[in-house]
Amino acid sequence: MGEPSTSPASAQSRRRFLANMARAAGGVGALSLVVGLFARQAQSLPAQALRPPGAGPEADFLASCIRCGLCVRDCPYPTLSLADIGQDVPVGTPYFVARRAPCEMCDDIPCVKACPTGALDPNLTKIDDADMGLAVLVDEETCLNLLGLRCDVCYRVCPVIDEAITLERHHNERTGKHAMFIPTVHSDKCTGCGKCERSCVLETAAIRVFPRHLAKGRIGEHYRLGWVEKENNGQSLIQGIVDLPDRMPQNLPFNPGATLGGKGK
Amino acid sequence: MSAKTYPGFDAVKARGWLAAHKWLLVRRAVQLSILALFLASPLLVPYTGAWILKGNLTSSLILGTVPLSDPFIVLQSLLAGHLAAGTALIGAAIVLVFYALVGGRAYCSFVCPMNIVTDASLWLVRRFDLSKGWQPGRETRLWILASVMVTALITGIMAWELLNPVTILHRGLVYGVGYVWTVALAVFLYDLVVSRRGWCGHLCPMGAFYGLLGKVSLVRVSAAKRQACNDCMDCYAICPEPHVITPALRGADGGVGPIILSGDCTNCGRCIDVCSKDVFAFDVRFNNASTDDKFNDKDKMISTDRHAA
Ligand code: SF4
Ligand code: SF4
Ligand code: SF4
Ligand code: SF4
Ligand code: SF4
Repeated sequence: MGEPSTSPASAQSRRRFLANMARAAGGVGALSLVVGLFARQAQSLPAQALRPPGAGPEADFLASCIRCGLCVRDCPYPTLSLADIGQDVPVGTPYFVARRAPCEMCDDIPCVKACPTGALDPNLTKIDDADMGLAVLVDEETCLNLLGLRCDVCYRVCPVIDEAITLERHHNERTGKHAMFIPTVHSDKCTGCGKCERSCVLETAAIRVFPRHLAKGRIGEHYRLGWVEKENNGQSLIQGIVDLPDRMPQNLPFNPGATLGGKGK
Repeated sequence: MSAKTYPGFDAVKARGWLAAHKWLLVRRAVQLSILALFLASPLLVPYTGAWILKGNLTSSLILGTVPLSDPFIVLQSLLAGHLAAGTALIGAAIVLVFYALVGGRAYCSFVCPMNIVTDASLWLVRRFDLSKGWQPGRETRLWILASVMVTALITGIMAWELLNPVTILHRGLVYGVGYVWTVALAVFLYDLVVSRRGWCGHLCPMGAFYGLLGKVSLVRVSAAKRQACNDCMDCYAICPEPHVITPALRGADGGVGPIILSGDCTNCGRCIDVCSKDVFAFDVRFNNASTDDKFNDKDKMISTDRHAA
C-alpha cells in the first residue's frame, strides 16, 4: 500500500494505472493461453490431407504459410484447395486429398514458384525430390494383385514407376503354380503424389498415401544390421565364429531361395 | 437544434445526397472493386495478359509482378520463427509504405471486407437506437494485438490466423469457401447485440496494427474550417471512432492544430460527408497550424507542435 503521499490524487491515479497494467497483462496472458491452446488442438492434420510439394514439417508450415492461396491459383490441376472453417485441416491452409485429386508432379512445380513466403521450399527444383507423403499398401486382403490377379494400376500410373513402386514376384500359395506381383513402395523414391491411391480400381483404395510420419516406422537408434555393418566394414565385425554346417532335410534337393522367399538381399 | 432523422441530414439538404455520401460511395466502390478484381481477374486475362490481382489480402500479386503482403501477417510469421522469403517481405514493405502514406486505418475503411459487415451493424444500431452494450476499453485491441504476437512467438505458429475472422472472411469470399458467412454473421451479431462497434472499435488486432501505422501516416483528416462548426454533432454521430474528433475540432482554444492525429481515425471521410458546414477535409499531417489560430492568437500557434506530438 504505502504512505499517504503528498498528492492523494496522483497516488490514486498511479494505483489505478498499476491496476490497469496488471489487468491488461493478465488479459494478454489469458488470451495468449486460449489462442495457444486452440492452436495446439487445431494444428493436427488428418491422415488423408497432404501438403503441396516443398512444404516442411507441419509446425514449420503453420509458421510460414500465410494462406494466400497463390499456390492454389497457379496449380494447373484441381489438386490444391484451401481449408474451410470447421474442417480438420487448419483453416485457410492449402492441402490436397489424393483420392480426390492427386498432385500431377508438374516438372516446373508452379505451386512452389508461386509461394511468396517460402512455405513451399524454393530449393525444391526437381519434382522427383518432393516429399508430400508416402504410399502404403494398407490392405493386403483386397488389393487385386495380392489376390493373384494382374491389376497393376497403381504401379503403371506412378510417375516414378519402377523406382517409387515396383512389382515384387512372390509365389501364389493358393493356386500353387502362379506368381503374385506385389506392389511395393520404396520410401526413398516415393514423392507422395497420390496418383496410385487415386487410380486404385477398388471401391476404396487399398494403397493410400499418408504424411510420412504416419507411414514410416523407425528402427531403434541402437540397432545394427549385421549385413550392413559387414559390408561397411569389409568383413564381419566379430571374427572367428565357428560356423557349423546347416542341417538340411534328407532326400530333398537343396534350394535355400525357396524358403528364404525370393531375392534374399 | 432542428428535429433530425439521421446524421448528415443537414448536409444532404445543403449539398444534395450524392455529395453528402461521396466518401462512403468511394469507399464502397473501392472495397467492392478489390473483391471483384480478385474474382474477375481470370476472366480478364485475355485483355490484361495476366491476373490483375491474384491471391488474397494476406498476400497477392498485381499483374503477375508486384507482390503485396499484409505486414500484420508477415510479422506474425517472423515472430513464429519463419524468416519469410523475399517476395513476402518486399510485399509487406510495399503495403507498409502505402498505408504510411494514405493513412494506416485506410485499410479498415477502404479495403477490409469486414468493414462492410460492421458498418451495416452500426447503421442498424443507429437506426433503431439500440443500446451501446458492453464497451471494453479502446486500448483492449492493443492488448489483443500484443497477445497475437506473443502467441506466435511462444507457439511457433501463426496461431491467430486459425481464428482471425478478417482473413477468414476475405479468403472465403475470394476462394469460395463454404462457411465463411458464419464468421461474418458472428461479427455482425456481436456488433449488433453485444457491443456497438465492438469488433472494429475495441477488439480487432488488425485494426489496432494499422492504427499504430496511422500514428505516423501522411494523409489525415483536418478540421480545417473548424471555426464554422455549428455544434450539430453530426460528425460525432457518424464517426466510427468519435473520440478522435474532439482534439482537432475543439482544440483551437487550447492551441491544438486541426489535424486529426489519432491513429484510431480510419480516414473514412464520413465526417467530411456529413458536415453541412464543410469543416473537414483530407490534408497531410504537417499542415497542422490552422488559419483560425493564425487569425486569433499568434502565441498559441507556437504550442501547436507540442500538442500535436
Ligand atoms: S506439382 Fe503441379 S499438380 Fe502438384 S500441386 Fe504443384 S502445381 Fe499442383
Ligand atoms: S502460396 Fe505459400 S503461403 Fe500461399 S497458401 Fe500456398 S503455401 Fe501458403
Ligand atoms: S504416391 Fe504412389 S504414384 Fe506417387 S510416387 Fe508414390 S508410389 Fe508413385
Ligand atoms: S478493425 Fe479489423 S475488421 Fe474492422 S475494418 Fe479494421 S481490419 Fe477490418
Ligand atoms: S474522424 Fe472522420 S475520417 Fe476519421 S474515422 Fe471519424 S468520420 Fe472517419
